[in-house]
Amino acid sequence: MAPKDIDRRTILKSCGVLAMSVAAVGQPGRAEAQVQVAPQLGPPSIATRLTVNGQEVAFDLDARTTLLDVLREHLDLTGTKKGCDQGQCGACTVHVNGRRVNSCLTLAAMHDGDTVTTIEGLASPSGLHPLQRAFIERDGFQCGYCTPGQIMAAAAMLEEARRGAPSHATADLTAVLSLTDAEISERMSGNICRCAAYPNIVAAIRDAAEGGAA
Amino acid sequence: MIGRAVSRVDGPLKVTGGARYAYERQDFGRAAVGFILGASVAKGRIVRLDTAAAERAPGVLHVMTHWNAPAQGPRDGSLPDQFGRPWPVLQGERVSWFGQPVALVVAETFEQARSAAALIDAAYETEAGAFDLASHAHLAYAPRTAAVGLATDSVLGDLDAAMASADVTIDQNYTTPAHFAQPMEPQSCLAHWVGDDLHVRPSAQGVAGARMALARTIRIPRERVHVDTAFVGGGFGSKLRVHEEAVFAALAARVIARAVKVAQTRRQVFTITGRRPETIQRVRLAASRDGRLTGVGHDVNMQGTSREEFVEQTATVLRSLYAAPNRLTRHRVTDLDVGLGEAVRGPGELPGLLAVESAMDELAHELGLDPIELRILNEPERDPERNVPFSERRLVECMREGAARFGWSARAARPGSRREGDELIGIGMAAAIRMHFQGATRAAVHMGRDGRVVVRSDMTDIGTGTYTILAQVAADALGVPLARVTVELARSDLPPSPGSGGSWGASNSSNAVHRACESLKEKVFGSSNASGFGRADLTSVVSRRFPDGVEGEGSIVGMADDPNYRNFSQHTYGASFAEVAVNTVTGEVRLRRMLGVFAAGRIINSKTTRSQLLGGMIWGVSSALHEAAHVDPRYGNVVNGDLAEYVVPVHADIPAALEAVLLDGIDDKANPLGMKGVGELGVCGTGAAVANAVFNATGVRVRDFPITMDKLLAALPPAF
Repeated sequence: MAPKDIDRRTILKSCGVLAMSVAAVGQPGRAEAQVQVAPQLGPPSIATRLTVNGQEVAFDLDARTTLLDVLREHLDLTGTKKGCDQGQCGACTVHVNGRRVNSCLTLAAMHDGDTVTTIEGLASPSGLHPLQRAFIERDGFQCGYCTPGQIMAAAAMLEEARRGAPSHATADLTAVLSLTDAEISERMSGNICRCAAYPNIVAAIRDAAEGGAA
Repeated sequence: MIGRAVSRVDGPLKVTGGARYAYERQDFGRAAVGFILGASVAKGRIVRLDTAAAERAPGVLHVMTHWNAPAQGPRDGSLPDQFGRPWPVLQGERVSWFGQPVALVVAETFEQARSAAALIDAAYETEAGAFDLASHAHLAYAPRTAAVGLATDSVLGDLDAAMASADVTIDQNYTTPAHFAQPMEPQSCLAHWVGDDLHVRPSAQGVAGARMALARTIRIPRERVHVDTAFVGGGFGSKLRVHEEAVFAALAARVIARAVKVAQTRRQVFTITGRRPETIQRVRLAASRDGRLTGVGHDVNMQGTSREEFVEQTATVLRSLYAAPNRLTRHRVTDLDVGLGEAVRGPGELPGLLAVESAMDELAHELGLDPIELRILNEPERDPERNVPFSERRLVECMREGAARFGWSARAARPGSRREGDELIGIGMAAAIRMHFQGATRAAVHMGRDGRVVVRSDMTDIGTGTYTILAQVAADALGVPLARVTVELARSDLPPSPGSGGSWGASNSSNAVHRACESLKEKVFGSSNASGFGRADLTSVVSRRFPDGVEGEGSIVGMADDPNYRNFSQHTYGASFAEVAVNTVTGEVRLRRMLGVFAAGRIINSKTTRSQLLGGMIWGVSSALHEAAHVDPRYGNVVNGDLAEYVVPVHADIPAALEAVLLDGIDDKANPLGMKGVGELGVCGTGAAVANAVFNATGVRVRDFPITMDKLLAALPPAF
């Protein structure tokens, strides 16, 4: 099984039934391609524009479509997982304007103008994100289905901790926050791993945090 | 290469979102989406099912009910290949369990399918049903066998007489609730027809089973079903069989002549997917004053259904565990109007060892003996029921190694005697044993002229590390670098295996791959000197003399055909140790640290093996403290059927001080590589270790699992 290249241009595929336009950020003149595949069906659609992993996307979709389903079903960014579709498992965690959210619990139309980062956008052209490397090294997953959500949650969590945001596990609110294992576990408890790779996930996050590069 | 801590070869795909699971596959263009509607009653019949509004709803392509569902093969619990049995859907107006699918809506989008399903007007005539085990336990019957063909009963000597004449006895009932496997990836399937051929991308633990089940259900030849399940988001038993999502996807794709994908919603995973049966277990132990067991008994009554029998092998856990002349173990089943029983991780061992290893702790307490010493005193020389030697027996070693590492000697023998502020602290241990199984498996290994190696098997990787360990086995046998090996898995055009489930996948497929490598080398060098060659030799000989490369095939037979199974009792072993803190104000139990020491023969990958064991141990913790499906005794529905209310461990429940240690070894009676499995082993006994730690902390013995605050609080001593 050879790892396949992750083609970020998959994002440029049209969504199929509904109208959608895509423009690459940073391109002069913002050349847009509009694809009309089929007549619109169902309840009102809402025109929405997002920046996903650095690329601007515009779509006009069924108002009931969650951010999660826009990513998975219309932008073919299936790295973000649907585990429960009701905000209980964290598998769908992405960053919206730098904060972690359960993308299943929020409608895409509520995010007009927002910036979204998914697992596909976490690595840089020069290589994997330190958390991604640490998860591999520490074996912080088994089946891999919760993994993108764990990693996206961890990346945002480390930033929260860096800002000094307290958690239930924080004993002294006046002291400089020390990211202990208990702090990591508490802050990551919105992300369920049924393979129960928890000790390895915490170790991976600790490694990435200590490496300072996360 | 074998034994090394190699990182998963599929790791880069999994951490970047590049691994595509069933529902995410794009193999057949844009698929229509199916949404399942479940019955809102547990028992009765459909008296109205008006689909007109749904059919008119925007985007709807098809609505399937029992009126228009294609004919399918009938459910048949007598077929011996359990995972290949038909799974027909929409078989008439009868409703037999809460959530039973009564319709499928197929639409252009998920939102359309879901909203149209809500427009179906269904009405039911309900009947009184039986939903709770305790009040129907008297209706139990003796099944023909337990799962995997294991004997329903085992009887040696006279347990009643031993109980009557023993110095000390334990005779207690333990209850365990229904459990759901709940893998993070819900059961899902993408299906597409090309002519008369069905192509499916299910989320399955076994390719052969999924293929056979769909062929029998859809009524087409097995050869016309093509399965690919390259990535599986966990299974834990619940993907050994395909469920409604796969059958619906296949049927609907044929009706609308287009690819269809169907996923169970998370709440449907609590109704459509099967459950580990609820149990009532009676454990009897008879012992002399010096701690020798004279009798052991384990009676298990579990819930079943009349639709298809499933008998979790719960009463087998004691059969090879301790020596005692008088023995009695029995499985009984009480049919209820609930979801089917299915294998859930640690089938039999998890609930069985919770009870048995709690009882052993109770006996040690009664005798005033150290729990480890009690177990060592009753260590059998041969299998106590089969009277054959053990292939290897390392339980005592696991317990001693664990005791030394964990600091067992610091345990206060008197319960409730260690207090830190509002918390009572205790430590406990339990033994683990797990039968080793073997299933007929084939594999092929090809070496090209360029020295690249491809391993092929329909074996799955459900998070177990198969892609990685089979590459290691081939690299080791052929003397090539790991990077030269590619592993192709989980497609029905590859050599067949029984898949993942039952802790046998690693050993089945590793041995088949190992033999395929031996056969490849034999083709290159001839039988005389298949061994004793250098790396350069093999690849250079292949490149010189085999322009098309060379292929070897290997296999391992099933246990019924292997004399080692008749001649030896084969198991894996372990001992787990837990320290808990119990808050005397709230009754909350917190796990502080835990250690498991395990023996499972040769280990191919120390990193992935440790991970699987740690995960299993956490399942054990969960069985002791967290997990329970609550069925409403009036309506038969699972009232806590989602991941917020069905409590599984999260990060904050599990301390970093959790460790799994593997004893080095090779079980040379097991198979050529001397290896066994660990998927279940970490689950075994770990729940009892936690329960025994709670007793050591508090002096309170909770026998109704899980040990929740409400059960502890009433019995705890006052906080101040």
